[in-house]
Amino acid sequence: MAQQYLALEFIDKSFERGGSRTEVLSQVSLGVAKGDFISIIGHSGCGKSTLLNIIAGLTPATSGVVFLEGQTVEAPGPDRAVVFQNHSLLPWLTVYENVALAVGKVFRGRKSRAEQHDWILHNLDLVQMVHASDKRPGEISGGMKQRVGIARALAMEPKVLLLDEPFGALDALTRAHLQDAVMEIHARLGNTMIMITHDVDEAVLLSDRIVMMTNGPAARIGEVLDVPIARPRNRIELAGDRTYLKCREAVLKFLYERHRFVEAAE
Amino acid sequence: MSVAKLNQVSATSPVRSGTPARILAFMPRRPSQGMVAEAGRILRGVITDLLPPLITTLVLLAIWEVLCSSPTAPLPPPSRVLVDSWQIIVDPFYRGQGTDQGMFWQILASLQRVAVGYTLAAIAGIALGVLLGQSQWAMRGLDPIFQVLRTVPPLAWLPLSLAAFQDGAPSAIFVIFITAIWPVIINTAAGVRNIPQDYRNVARVLRLGGLEYFARIMLPAAAPYIFTGLRIGVGLSWLAIVAAEMLIGGVGIGFFIWDAWNSSLISDIIVALVYVGVVGFFLDRLIALAGRLVTRGTATA
Ligand SMILES: Nc1ncnc2c1ncn2[C@@H]1O[C@H](COP(=O)(O)OP(=O)(O)O)[C@@H](O)[C@H]1O
Ligand SMILES: [Mg+2]
Repeated sequence: MAQQYLALEFIDKSFERGGSRTEVLSQVSLGVAKGDFISIIGHSGCGKSTLLNIIAGLTPATSGVVFLEGQTVEAPGPDRAVVFQNHSLLPWLTVYENVALAVGKVFRGRKSRAEQHDWILHNLDLVQMVHASDKRPGEISGGMKQRVGIARALAMEPKVLLLDEPFGALDALTRAHLQDAVMEIHARLGNTMIMITHDVDEAVLLSDRIVMMTNGPAARIGEVLDVPIARPRNRIELAGDRTYLKCREAVLKFLYERHRFVEAAE
Repeated sequence: MSVAKLNQVSATSPVRSGTPARILAFMPRRPSQGMVAEAGRILRGVITDLLPPLITTLVLLAIWEVLCSSPTAPLPPPSRVLVDSWQIIVDPFYRGQGTDQGMFWQILASLQRVAVGYTLAAIAGIALGVLLGQSQWAMRGLDPIFQVLRTVPPLAWLPLSLAAFQDGAPSAIFVIFITAIWPVIINTAAGVRNIPQDYRNVARVLRLGGLEYFARIMLPAAAPYIFTGLRIGVGLSWLAIVAAEMLIGGVGIGFFIWDAWNSSLISDIIVALVYVGVVGFFLDRLIALAGRLVTRGTATA
Protein backbone atom coordinates (compact mmCIF):
# COMPACT_ATOMS: atom_id res chain seq x y z
CA MET A 1 0.00 0.00 0.00
CA ALA A 2 2.92 2.33 0.59
CA GLN A 3 3.25 3.11 -3.09
CA GLN A 4 -0.39 4.17 -3.42
CA TYR A 5 -1.03 7.82 -4.15
CA LEU A 6 -3.87 7.99 -1.67
CA ALA A 7 -4.34 5.24 0.89
CA LEU A 8 -6.96 4.68 3.57
CA GLU A 9 -5.83 2.15 6.13
CA PHE A 10 -8.23 0.50 8.54
CA ILE A 11 -10.44 3.52 9.09
CA ASP A 12 -12.92 3.20 11.94
CA LYS A 13 -15.32 5.93 12.84
CA SER A 14 -17.83 6.12 15.61
CA PHE A 15 -19.79 9.06 16.91
CA GLU A 16 -20.43 9.62 20.59
CA ARG A 17 -23.69 11.29 21.33
CA GLY A 18 -24.97 11.69 24.85
CA GLY A 19 -23.19 8.59 26.12
CA SER A 20 -24.40 6.39 23.29
CA ARG A 21 -21.94 5.34 20.65
CA THR A 22 -22.75 4.66 17.02
CA GLU A 23 -20.22 2.91 14.90
CA VAL A 24 -20.50 4.33 11.39
CA LEU A 25 -17.45 3.00 9.55
CA SER A 26 -15.59 -0.17 10.24
CA GLN A 27 -12.18 -1.20 8.90
CA VAL A 28 -12.32 0.77 5.67
CA SER A 29 -9.17 0.34 3.60
CA LEU A 30 -8.71 1.61 0.08
CA GLY A 31 -5.87 2.49 -2.25
CA VAL A 32 -6.25 5.06 -5.02
CA ALA A 33 -3.78 5.55 -7.84
CA LYS A 34 -2.90 8.98 -9.14
CA GLY A 35 -5.39 10.13 -11.76
CA ASP A 36 -8.01 7.56 -10.76
CA PHE A 37 -11.67 8.42 -10.79
CA ILE A 38 -13.31 6.59 -7.90
CA SER A 39 -17.00 6.55 -7.06
CA ILE A 40 -18.31 5.64 -3.65
CA ILE A 41 -21.84 4.33 -3.76
CA GLY A 42 -24.11 3.13 -1.00
CA HIS A 43 -27.48 3.66 0.55
CA SER A 44 -28.11 6.95 2.22
CA GLY A 45 -26.93 7.18 5.79
CA CYS A 46 -24.32 4.44 5.41
CA GLY A 47 -21.42 6.79 6.04
CA LYS A 48 -20.26 7.99 2.61
CA SER A 49 -20.06 11.63 3.60
CA THR A 50 -18.32 10.68 6.81
CA LEU A 51 -15.71 8.77 4.82
CA LEU A 52 -15.18 11.68 2.44
CA ASN A 53 -14.87 14.11 5.34
CA ILE A 54 -12.24 11.87 6.89
CA ILE A 55 -10.24 11.98 3.66
CA ALA A 56 -10.72 15.75 3.55
CA GLY A 57 -9.54 15.97 7.15
CA LEU A 58 -12.75 17.71 8.19
CA THR A 59 -13.68 14.84 10.49
CA PRO A 60 -11.05 12.91 12.45
CA ALA A 61 -11.14 9.12 12.16
CA THR A 62 -11.58 7.23 15.41
CA SER A 63 -8.75 4.97 14.33
CA GLY A 64 -6.90 4.28 11.12
CA VAL A 65 -4.83 6.52 8.90
CA VAL A 66 -5.19 8.37 5.62
CA PHE A 67 -1.99 8.76 3.60
CA LEU A 68 -1.63 11.16 0.72
CA GLU A 69 1.67 10.82 -1.13
CA GLY A 70 3.08 9.08 1.92
CA GLN A 71 2.08 11.88 4.32
CA THR A 72 -0.62 11.33 6.92
CA VAL A 73 -3.66 13.53 6.62
CA GLU A 74 -4.27 15.35 9.90
CA ALA A 75 -6.25 18.45 8.99
CA PRO A 76 -8.21 19.85 6.07
CA GLY A 77 -6.28 21.65 3.37
CA PRO A 78 -6.54 22.87 -0.19
CA ASP A 79 -4.63 19.83 -1.50
CA ARG A 80 -7.87 17.92 -0.88
CA ALA A 81 -10.45 20.31 -2.25
CA VAL A 82 -14.08 19.45 -1.59
CA VAL A 83 -17.09 20.08 -3.79
CA PHE A 84 -19.89 20.08 -1.27
CA GLN A 85 -23.30 18.63 -1.92
CA ASN A 86 -25.01 22.01 -1.54
CA HIS A 87 -22.33 24.01 -3.37
CA SER A 88 -21.40 26.04 -0.23
CA LEU A 89 -20.65 29.19 -2.14
CA LEU A 90 -20.41 32.24 0.06
CA PRO A 91 -23.55 34.23 -0.78
CA TRP A 92 -22.02 37.63 -0.04
CA LEU A 93 -19.30 37.14 -2.66
CA THR A 94 -19.74 37.15 -6.42
CA VAL A 95 -18.93 34.07 -8.47
CA TYR A 96 -15.53 35.57 -9.30
CA GLU A 97 -14.84 36.50 -5.69
CA ASN A 98 -15.76 33.02 -4.47
CA VAL A 99 -13.08 31.53 -6.71
CA ALA A 100 -10.74 34.45 -5.97
CA LEU A 101 -10.94 33.75 -2.23
CA ALA A 102 -9.58 30.27 -2.84
CA VAL A 103 -6.99 31.34 -5.42
CA GLY A 104 -5.78 34.25 -3.30
CA LYS A 105 -5.30 31.97 -0.34
CA VAL A 106 -3.67 29.05 -2.13
CA PHE A 107 -1.41 30.98 -4.50
CA ARG A 108 -0.44 33.90 -2.28
CA GLY A 109 3.16 34.74 -3.02
CA ARG A 110 3.31 32.20 -5.85
CA LYS A 111 1.26 33.99 -8.47
CA SER A 112 1.12 37.71 -9.20
CA ARG A 113 -2.20 39.55 -9.13
CA ALA A 114 -2.48 39.33 -12.89
CA GLU A 115 -1.63 35.64 -12.89
CA GLN A 116 -4.22 35.01 -10.20
CA HIS A 117 -6.82 36.88 -12.25
CA ASP A 118 -6.01 34.75 -15.31
CA TRP A 119 -6.13 31.59 -13.24
CA ILE A 120 -9.55 32.46 -11.81
CA LEU A 121 -10.94 33.12 -15.28
CA HIS A 122 -9.30 29.97 -16.61
CA ASN A 123 -11.06 27.85 -14.02
CA LEU A 124 -14.38 29.59 -14.49
CA ASP A 125 -13.92 28.92 -18.18
CA LEU A 126 -13.41 25.21 -17.53
CA VAL A 127 -16.96 25.07 -16.19
CA GLN A 128 -18.24 27.70 -18.65
CA MET A 129 -19.14 30.22 -16.00
CA VAL A 130 -17.07 33.25 -17.03
CA HIS A 131 -20.21 35.01 -18.19
CA ALA A 132 -21.62 35.00 -14.66
CA SER A 133 -18.45 36.25 -12.96
CA ASP A 134 -20.13 39.25 -11.40
CA LYS A 135 -23.30 37.51 -10.30
CA ARG A 136 -23.91 36.48 -6.73
CA PRO A 137 -24.82 32.88 -5.93
CA GLY A 138 -28.39 33.97 -5.21
CA GLU A 139 -28.78 35.09 -8.79
CA ILE A 140 -27.75 31.88 -10.58
CA SER A 141 -29.33 28.45 -10.90
CA GLY A 142 -28.46 25.39 -8.87
CA GLY A 143 -26.52 23.82 -11.72
CA MET A 144 -24.51 27.01 -12.18
CA LYS A 145 -23.73 27.16 -8.47
CA GLN A 146 -22.46 23.61 -8.59
CA ARG A 147 -20.25 24.51 -11.56
CA VAL A 148 -18.77 27.39 -9.62
CA GLY A 149 -18.21 25.08 -6.66
CA ILE A 150 -16.27 22.77 -9.00
CA ALA A 151 -14.31 25.71 -10.43
CA ARG A 152 -13.42 26.86 -6.93
CA ALA A 153 -12.19 23.39 -6.01
CA LEU A 154 -10.25 22.95 -9.27
CA ALA A 155 -8.67 26.37 -8.83
CA MET A 156 -6.94 25.13 -5.69
CA GLU A 157 -4.99 22.69 -7.88
CA PRO A 158 -5.77 19.91 -5.42
CA LYS A 159 -3.95 16.60 -5.37
CA VAL A 160 -7.32 14.96 -4.83
CA LEU A 161 -10.70 16.40 -5.70
CA LEU A 162 -13.44 15.19 -3.37
CA LEU A 163 -17.04 15.48 -4.58
CA ASP A 164 -19.92 14.79 -2.19
CA GLU A 165 -23.00 14.00 -4.29
CA PRO A 166 -22.16 17.00 -6.43
CA PHE A 167 -25.14 16.63 -8.73
CA GLY A 168 -27.64 15.18 -6.28
CA ALA A 169 -29.91 18.21 -6.21
CA LEU A 170 -30.00 18.82 -9.95
CA ASP A 171 -32.46 17.87 -12.66
CA ALA A 172 -31.51 15.07 -15.05
CA LEU A 173 -30.52 17.28 -17.96
CA THR A 174 -28.30 19.62 -15.93
CA ARG A 175 -26.86 16.60 -14.22
CA ALA A 176 -25.88 15.03 -17.56
CA HIS A 177 -24.25 18.26 -18.69
CA LEU A 178 -22.20 18.52 -15.53
CA GLN A 179 -21.21 14.85 -15.67
CA ASP A 180 -19.84 15.46 -19.13
CA ALA A 181 -18.07 18.58 -17.92
CA VAL A 182 -16.44 16.66 -15.08
CA MET A 183 -15.40 13.82 -17.41
CA GLU A 184 -13.84 16.34 -19.76
CA ILE A 185 -11.97 18.09 -16.95
CA HIS A 186 -10.76 14.74 -15.64
CA ALA A 187 -9.53 13.82 -19.11
CA ARG A 188 -7.85 17.17 -19.60
CA LEU A 189 -6.22 17.63 -16.19
CA GLY A 190 -5.85 14.04 -15.04
CA ASN A 191 -6.90 14.84 -11.46
CA THR A 192 -7.47 12.19 -8.90
CA MET A 193 -11.15 12.36 -8.08
CA ILE A 194 -13.32 10.69 -5.47
CA MET A 195 -17.02 11.16 -5.91
CA ILE A 196 -19.90 10.09 -3.74
CA THR A 197 -23.08 9.26 -5.54
CA HIS A 198 -26.20 7.20 -5.17
CA ASP A 199 -26.82 7.18 -8.90
CA VAL A 200 -25.76 3.91 -10.50
CA ASP A 201 -25.49 5.27 -14.05
CA GLU A 202 -23.44 8.20 -12.88
CA ALA A 203 -21.05 5.89 -11.06
CA VAL A 204 -20.53 3.58 -14.03
CA LEU A 205 -20.24 6.39 -16.55
CA LEU A 206 -17.62 8.39 -14.68
CA SER A 207 -15.55 5.92 -12.69
CA ASP A 208 -12.49 3.81 -13.13
CA ARG A 209 -13.55 1.94 -10.04
CA ILE A 210 -16.72 1.86 -7.98
CA VAL A 211 -16.45 1.36 -4.24
CA MET A 212 -19.66 -0.16 -2.92
CA MET A 213 -20.41 0.27 0.73
CA THR A 214 -22.51 -2.03 2.87
CA ASN A 215 -25.31 -0.64 4.95
CA GLY A 216 -24.58 0.88 8.30
CA PRO A 217 -24.18 0.80 11.15
CA ALA A 218 -20.53 -0.14 10.95
CA ALA A 219 -20.47 0.09 7.17
CA ARG A 220 -17.61 -1.57 5.34
CA ILE A 221 -16.43 -1.60 1.77
CA GLY A 222 -18.49 -4.46 0.40
CA GLU A 223 -16.97 -4.70 -3.02
CA VAL A 224 -14.80 -2.72 -5.42
CA LEU A 225 -15.81 -2.95 -9.06
CA ASP A 226 -13.46 -2.16 -11.92
CA VAL A 227 -15.07 -0.37 -14.84
CA PRO A 228 -12.97 -1.43 -17.84
CA ILE A 229 -14.49 0.97 -20.35
CA ALA A 230 -12.18 3.02 -22.56
CA ARG A 231 -12.21 6.79 -22.35
CA PRO A 232 -13.46 9.12 -23.66
CA ARG A 233 -16.85 7.72 -22.81
CA ASN A 234 -20.05 8.72 -24.49
CA ARG A 235 -23.27 8.20 -22.59
CA ILE A 236 -25.33 7.49 -25.71
CA GLU A 237 -22.94 4.96 -27.19
CA LEU A 238 -22.59 3.30 -23.81
CA ALA A 239 -26.32 2.85 -23.37
CA GLY A 240 -26.14 -0.48 -25.21
CA ASP A 241 -22.52 -1.36 -24.38
CA ARG A 242 -22.16 -4.85 -22.85
CA THR A 243 -19.45 -3.96 -20.36
CA TYR A 244 -21.43 -0.92 -19.27
CA LEU A 245 -24.57 -2.97 -18.75
CA LYS A 246 -22.69 -5.65 -16.86
CA CYS A 247 -21.13 -3.09 -14.52
CA ARG A 248 -24.47 -1.45 -14.01
CA GLU A 249 -26.08 -4.77 -13.22
CA ALA A 250 -23.33 -5.64 -10.75
CA VAL A 251 -23.83 -2.40 -8.84
CA LEU A 252 -27.60 -2.73 -8.87
CA LYS A 253 -27.35 -6.31 -7.62
CA PHE A 254 -25.08 -5.21 -4.81
CA LEU A 255 -27.32 -2.35 -3.76
CA TYR A 256 -30.74 -3.84 -4.17
CA GLU A 257 -30.30 -7.58 -3.66
CA ARG A 258 -27.54 -8.05 -1.22
CA HIS A 259 -27.85 -4.87 0.82
CA ARG A 260 -31.43 -3.88 0.73
CA PHE A 261 -32.46 -4.85 4.24
CA VAL A 262 -31.87 -1.45 5.83
CA GLU A 263 -34.25 0.17 3.41
CA ALA A 264 -37.02 -1.95 4.86
CA ALA A 265 -35.90 -1.05 8.36
CA GLU A 266 -35.85 2.68 7.65
CA MET B 1 -36.04 38.27 2.89
CA SER B 2 -38.21 36.43 0.43
CA VAL B 3 -39.52 39.78 -0.75
CA ALA B 4 -36.00 40.94 -1.51
CA LYS B 5 -35.46 37.76 -3.44
CA LEU B 6 -38.58 38.25 -5.45
CA ASN B 7 -37.55 41.79 -6.30
CA GLN B 8 -34.20 40.57 -7.41
CA VAL B 9 -35.69 37.95 -9.67
CA SER B 10 -38.15 40.29 -11.27
CA ALA B 11 -35.44 42.90 -11.70
CA THR B 12 -33.14 40.56 -13.59
CA SER B 13 -35.65 38.54 -15.55
CA PRO B 14 -36.12 41.05 -18.38
CA VAL B 15 -32.37 40.94 -18.97
CA ARG B 16 -32.36 37.16 -19.04
CA SER B 17 -35.33 36.78 -21.32
CA GLY B 18 -33.49 39.01 -23.79
CA THR B 19 -36.50 39.99 -25.90
CA PRO B 20 -37.36 43.52 -24.86
CA ALA B 21 -37.29 44.66 -28.50
CA ARG B 22 -40.95 43.95 -29.07
CA ILE B 23 -41.98 45.99 -26.09
CA LEU B 24 -39.68 48.83 -27.12
CA ALA B 25 -41.27 48.99 -30.56
CA PHE B 26 -44.48 50.27 -29.03
CA MET B 27 -42.82 52.73 -26.70
CA PRO B 28 -41.57 55.51 -29.03
CA ARG B 29 -44.92 55.98 -30.65
CA ARG B 30 -46.52 57.40 -27.56
CA PRO B 31 -43.87 58.66 -25.21
CA SER B 32 -46.30 61.05 -23.52
CA GLN B 33 -48.51 58.18 -22.51
CA GLY B 34 -45.57 56.42 -20.85
CA MET B 35 -44.68 59.55 -18.93
CA VAL B 36 -48.22 60.11 -17.82
CA ALA B 37 -48.44 56.52 -16.67
CA GLU B 38 -45.14 56.93 -14.83
CA ALA B 39 -46.29 60.12 -13.13
CA GLY B 40 -49.55 58.44 -12.25
CA ARG B 41 -47.71 55.55 -10.67
CA ILE B 42 -45.55 57.84 -8.56
CA LEU B 43 -48.59 59.84 -7.52
CA ARG B 44 -50.42 56.68 -6.58
CA GLY B 45 -47.39 55.59 -4.57
CA VAL B 46 -47.36 58.90 -2.69
CA ILE B 47 -51.05 58.65 -2.04
CA THR B 48 -50.96 55.10 -0.72
CA ASP B 49 -47.84 55.69 1.38
CA LEU B 50 -48.34 59.21 2.71
CA LEU B 51 -52.04 59.81 2.78
CA PRO B 52 -53.06 57.36 5.53
CA PRO B 53 -50.51 58.58 8.13
CA LEU B 54 -51.34 62.17 7.18
CA ILE B 55 -55.03 61.58 7.76
CA THR B 56 -54.52 59.79 11.06
CA THR B 57 -52.19 62.55 12.23
CA LEU B 58 -54.76 65.20 11.41
CA VAL B 59 -57.51 63.23 13.12
CA LEU B 60 -55.41 62.76 16.25
CA LEU B 61 -54.49 66.45 16.30
CA ALA B 62 -58.16 67.34 15.98
CA ILE B 63 -59.12 65.05 18.87
CA TRP B 64 -56.33 66.51 20.97
CA GLU B 65 -57.44 70.04 20.07
CA VAL B 66 -60.99 69.26 21.14
CA LEU B 67 -60.02 67.49 24.36
CA CYS B 68 -57.66 70.26 25.51
CA SER B 69 -59.60 73.23 24.26
CA SER B 70 -61.17 74.14 27.62
CA PRO B 71 -59.24 76.86 29.49
CA THR B 72 -58.93 74.56 32.53
CA ALA B 73 -57.33 71.71 30.58
CA PRO B 74 -53.98 70.67 32.13
CA LEU B 75 -52.29 70.29 28.75
CA PRO B 76 -52.26 72.82 25.91
CA PRO B 77 -53.98 71.98 22.61
CA PRO B 78 -51.87 71.93 19.41
CA SER B 79 -52.85 75.46 18.49
CA ARG B 80 -51.62 76.66 21.88
CA VAL B 81 -48.36 74.72 21.46
CA LEU B 82 -47.73 76.50 18.17
CA VAL B 83 -48.31 79.91 19.71
CA ASP B 84 -46.39 79.28 22.95
CA SER B 85 -43.38 77.65 21.38
CA TRP B 86 -43.28 79.52 18.10
CA GLN B 87 -39.83 80.83 19.02
CA ILE B 88 -38.15 77.44 19.36
CA ILE B 89 -40.04 75.99 16.42
CA VAL B 90 -38.95 78.61 13.90
CA ASP B 91 -35.41 79.16 15.17
CA PRO B 92 -33.80 75.77 15.80
CA PHE B 93 -30.33 77.24 15.23
CA TYR B 94 -30.67 79.85 17.95
CA ARG B 95 -27.50 80.43 19.99
CA GLY B 96 -27.83 81.71 23.54
CA GLN B 97 -26.04 81.51 26.87
CA GLY B 98 -25.31 78.17 28.56
CA THR B 99 -28.14 75.70 28.07
CA ASP B 100 -30.26 78.30 26.27
CA GLN B 101 -29.76 76.86 22.79
CA GLY B 102 -31.98 76.16 19.79
CA MET B 103 -33.54 72.72 19.29
CA PHE B 104 -30.97 71.78 16.67
CA TRP B 105 -28.09 72.26 19.11
CA GLN B 106 -29.91 70.41 21.86
CA ILE B 107 -30.52 67.45 19.60
CA LEU B 108 -26.97 67.62 18.26
CA ALA B 109 -25.52 67.50 21.77
CA SER B 110 -27.62 64.44 22.58
CA LEU B 111 -26.72 62.77 19.29
CA GLN B 112 -23.02 63.32 19.98
CA ARG B 113 -23.30 61.56 23.31
CA VAL B 114 -25.23 58.74 21.72
CA ALA B 115 -22.72 58.49 18.88
CA VAL B 116 -19.79 58.04 21.26
CA GLY B 117 -21.52 55.64 23.63
CA TYR B 118 -23.16 53.67 20.85
CA THR B 119 -19.99 53.33 18.79
CA LEU B 120 -18.13 52.01 21.82
CA ALA B 121 -21.03 49.64 22.52
CA ALA B 122 -21.03 48.41 18.92
CA ILE B 123 -17.30 47.67 18.92
CA ALA B 124 -17.20 46.08 22.36
CA GLY B 125 -20.52 44.31 21.75
CA ILE B 126 -19.39 42.71 18.51
CA ALA B 127 -16.07 41.69 20.06
CA LEU B 128 -17.74 40.12 23.09
CA GLY B 129 -20.43 38.57 20.92
CA VAL B 130 -17.79 36.92 18.74
CA LEU B 131 -16.08 35.60 21.87
CA LEU B 132 -19.34 34.17 23.17
CA GLY B 133 -20.27 32.72 19.80
CA GLN B 134 -16.88 31.09 19.28
CA SER B 135 -16.06 29.73 22.70
CA GLN B 136 -18.20 27.33 24.66
CA TRP B 137 -16.35 28.34 27.80
CA ALA B 138 -16.92 32.04 27.31
CA MET B 139 -20.55 31.26 26.64
CA ARG B 140 -20.97 29.25 29.80
CA GLY B 141 -19.00 31.69 31.91
CA LEU B 142 -20.30 35.00 30.65
CA ASP B 143 -23.78 34.42 29.33
CA PRO B 144 -25.48 34.06 32.76
CA ILE B 145 -23.79 37.25 33.95
CA PHE B 146 -24.86 39.14 30.83
CA GLN B 147 -28.39 37.82 31.11
CA VAL B 148 -28.61 39.30 34.61
CA LEU B 149 -26.88 42.58 33.81
CA ARG B 150 -28.95 43.31 30.73
CA THR B 151 -32.12 43.45 32.80
CA VAL B 152 -30.73 46.32 34.92
CA PRO B 153 -32.59 49.47 33.83
CA PRO B 154 -30.26 52.00 32.15
CA LEU B 155 -30.79 54.70 34.73
CA ALA B 156 -29.86 52.38 37.57
CA TRP B 157 -26.32 52.52 36.19
CA LEU B 158 -26.16 56.29 36.39
CA PRO B 159 -25.39 56.80 40.11
CA LEU B 160 -22.72 54.13 39.90
CA SER B 161 -21.09 55.68 36.86
CA LEU B 162 -21.30 59.15 38.42
CA ALA B 163 -19.46 57.75 41.40
CA ALA B 164 -16.89 56.08 39.17
CA PHE B 165 -16.29 58.92 36.69
CA GLN B 166 -16.95 61.86 39.06
CA ASP B 167 -18.40 63.73 36.09
CA GLY B 168 -21.65 63.95 34.19
CA ALA B 169 -20.40 63.78 30.61
CA PRO B 170 -18.65 60.39 30.69
CA SER B 171 -21.43 59.04 32.91
CA ALA B 172 -24.07 59.77 30.30
CA ILE B 173 -21.93 58.13 27.64
CA PHE B 174 -21.41 55.13 29.88
CA VAL B 175 -25.15 54.77 30.37
CA ILE B 176 -25.62 54.75 26.59
CA PHE B 177 -22.84 52.21 26.27
CA ILE B 178 -24.21 49.86 28.89
CA THR B 179 -27.73 50.17 27.48
CA ALA B 180 -26.86 49.48 23.87
CA ILE B 181 -24.28 46.75 24.35
CA TRP B 182 -26.49 43.81 25.42
CA PRO B 183 -28.54 43.32 22.27
CA VAL B 184 -25.35 43.69 20.22
CA ILE B 185 -23.57 41.01 22.26
CA ILE B 186 -26.48 38.61 22.28
CA ASN B 187 -27.30 38.92 18.59
CA THR B 188 -23.69 38.78 17.48
CA ALA B 189 -23.17 35.63 19.53
CA ALA B 190 -26.26 34.08 17.97
CA GLY B 191 -25.04 35.06 14.51
CA VAL B 192 -21.63 33.54 15.07
CA ARG B 193 -23.07 30.34 16.51
CA ASN B 194 -25.38 30.03 13.53
CA ILE B 195 -22.71 30.28 10.86
CA PRO B 196 -23.56 27.31 8.65
CA GLN B 197 -21.20 24.36 8.97
CA ASP B 198 -20.73 24.56 5.19
CA TYR B 199 -19.09 27.96 5.43
CA ARG B 200 -16.90 26.76 8.28
CA ASN B 201 -15.86 23.79 6.19
CA VAL B 202 -14.98 26.01 3.25
CA ALA B 203 -12.84 28.11 5.58
CA ARG B 204 -11.15 25.00 6.97
CA VAL B 205 -10.36 23.55 3.56
CA LEU B 206 -8.88 26.92 2.57
CA ARG B 207 -7.09 27.14 5.92
CA LEU B 208 -8.36 30.66 6.54
CA GLY B 209 -6.65 31.82 9.72
CA GLY B 210 -7.99 33.92 12.59
CA LEU B 211 -8.21 37.37 11.06
CA GLU B 212 -9.02 36.11 7.55
CA TYR B 213 -11.77 33.90 8.92
CA PHE B 214 -13.11 36.79 10.98
CA ALA B 215 -13.19 39.22 8.06
CA ARG B 216 -14.08 36.94 5.14
CA ILE B 217 -16.48 34.47 6.75
CA MET B 218 -17.59 35.33 10.26
CA LEU B 219 -18.51 39.00 9.88
CA PRO B 220 -20.41 38.66 6.61
CA ALA B 221 -22.17 35.48 7.72
CA ALA B 222 -23.22 36.99 11.03
CA ALA B 223 -23.96 40.46 9.61
CA PRO B 224 -27.75 40.10 9.50
CA TYR B 225 -27.80 39.12 13.18
CA ILE B 226 -25.30 41.82 14.12
CA PHE B 227 -27.41 44.48 12.46
CA THR B 228 -30.50 43.29 14.27
CA GLY B 229 -28.61 43.83 17.51
CA LEU B 230 -27.28 47.19 16.39
CA ARG B 231 -30.76 48.32 15.47
CA ILE B 232 -32.25 47.36 18.81
CA GLY B 233 -29.23 48.98 20.48
CA VAL B 234 -29.63 52.34 18.79
CA GLY B 235 -33.28 52.49 19.80
CA LEU B 236 -32.42 51.69 23.40
CA SER B 237 -29.64 54.26 23.54
CA TRP B 238 -31.96 56.96 22.30
CA LEU B 239 -34.43 55.95 24.99
CA ALA B 240 -31.72 56.13 27.62
CA ILE B 241 -30.09 59.40 26.60
CA VAL B 242 -33.16 61.50 27.32
CA ALA B 243 -33.50 60.10 30.82
CA ALA B 244 -29.78 60.32 31.53
CA GLU B 245 -29.55 63.92 30.39
CA MET B 246 -32.43 64.91 32.63
CA LEU B 247 -30.27 63.91 35.53
CA ILE B 248 -26.85 65.14 34.46
CA GLY B 249 -27.88 68.52 32.98
CA GLY B 250 -26.05 70.53 30.34
CA VAL B 251 -27.03 71.06 26.72
CA GLY B 252 -29.08 68.16 25.39
CA ILE B 253 -32.64 67.31 24.62
CA GLY B 254 -33.15 65.47 27.93
CA PHE B 255 -32.18 68.40 30.10
CA PHE B 256 -34.10 70.70 27.79
CA ILE B 257 -37.26 68.77 28.63
CA TRP B 258 -36.47 68.77 32.33
CA ASP B 259 -35.73 72.48 32.25
CA ALA B 260 -38.97 73.17 30.41
CA TRP B 261 -40.87 71.19 33.04
CA ASN B 262 -39.27 73.19 35.84
CA SER B 263 -40.23 76.39 34.04
CA SER B 264 -43.75 75.03 33.36
CA LEU B 265 -43.24 75.39 29.59
CA ILE B 266 -45.44 72.44 28.68
CA SER B 267 -45.61 73.47 25.02
CA ASP B 268 -41.82 73.35 24.77
CA ILE B 269 -41.90 69.82 26.17
CA ILE B 270 -44.35 68.79 23.48
CA VAL B 271 -42.19 70.27 20.73
CA ALA B 272 -39.17 68.48 22.21
CA LEU B 273 -41.06 65.18 22.24
CA VAL B 274 -41.81 65.55 18.54
CA TYR B 275 -38.11 66.10 17.90
CA VAL B 276 -37.14 63.11 20.02
CA GLY B 277 -39.59 60.89 18.21
CA VAL B 278 -38.58 61.97 14.74
CA VAL B 279 -34.86 61.69 15.47
CA GLY B 280 -35.33 58.26 17.05
CA PHE B 281 -37.25 57.15 13.99
CA PHE B 282 -34.46 58.29 11.68
CA LEU B 283 -31.77 56.66 13.81
CA ASP B 284 -33.61 53.36 13.52
CA ARG B 285 -34.00 53.77 9.77
CA LEU B 286 -30.36 54.74 9.40
CA ILE B 287 -29.12 51.53 11.01
CA ALA B 288 -31.68 49.50 9.08
CA LEU B 289 -30.44 51.07 5.84
CA ALA B 290 -26.81 50.44 6.76
CA GLY B 291 -27.74 46.83 7.49
CA ARG B 292 -29.47 46.45 4.15
CA LEU B 293 -26.50 47.89 2.29
CA VAL B 294 -23.98 45.72 4.10
CA THR B 295 -25.94 42.46 3.96
CA ARG B 296 -27.04 42.89 0.37
CA GLY B 297 -26.77 39.51 -1.30
CA THR B 298 -26.30 37.63 1.95
CA ALA B 299 -29.97 36.96 2.31
CA THR B 300 -30.13 34.81 -0.77
CA ALA B 301 -27.88 31.77 -0.66
N1 LIG C 1 -21.57 14.64 13.56
C1 LIG C 1 -22.26 13.49 13.71
N2 LIG C 1 -22.63 13.08 14.93
C2 LIG C 1 -23.32 11.93 15.08
N3 LIG C 1 -23.68 11.11 14.09
C3 LIG C 1 -23.34 11.46 12.84
C4 LIG C 1 -22.62 12.67 12.58
N4 LIG C 1 -22.41 12.76 11.25
C5 LIG C 1 -22.99 11.66 10.70
N5 LIG C 1 -23.54 10.88 11.65
C6 LIG C 1 -24.23 9.61 11.43
O1 LIG C 1 -23.39 8.82 10.64
C7 LIG C 1 -24.16 8.09 9.70
C8 LIG C 1 -23.60 8.29 8.33
O2 LIG C 1 -23.84 9.62 7.91
P1 LIG C 1 -23.33 10.15 6.48
O3 LIG C 1 -21.88 9.91 6.40
O4 LIG C 1 -23.79 11.54 6.34
O5 LIG C 1 -24.12 9.21 5.49
P2 LIG C 1 -24.27 9.29 3.90
O6 LIG C 1 -23.43 10.43 3.40
O7 LIG C 1 -23.82 7.97 3.39
O8 LIG C 1 -25.72 9.49 3.62
C9 LIG C 1 -25.58 8.53 9.86
O9 LIG C 1 -26.29 7.55 10.56
C10 LIG C 1 -25.50 9.79 10.64
O10 LIG C 1 -26.60 9.92 11.49
MG1 LIG D 1 -24.05 12.32 2.50
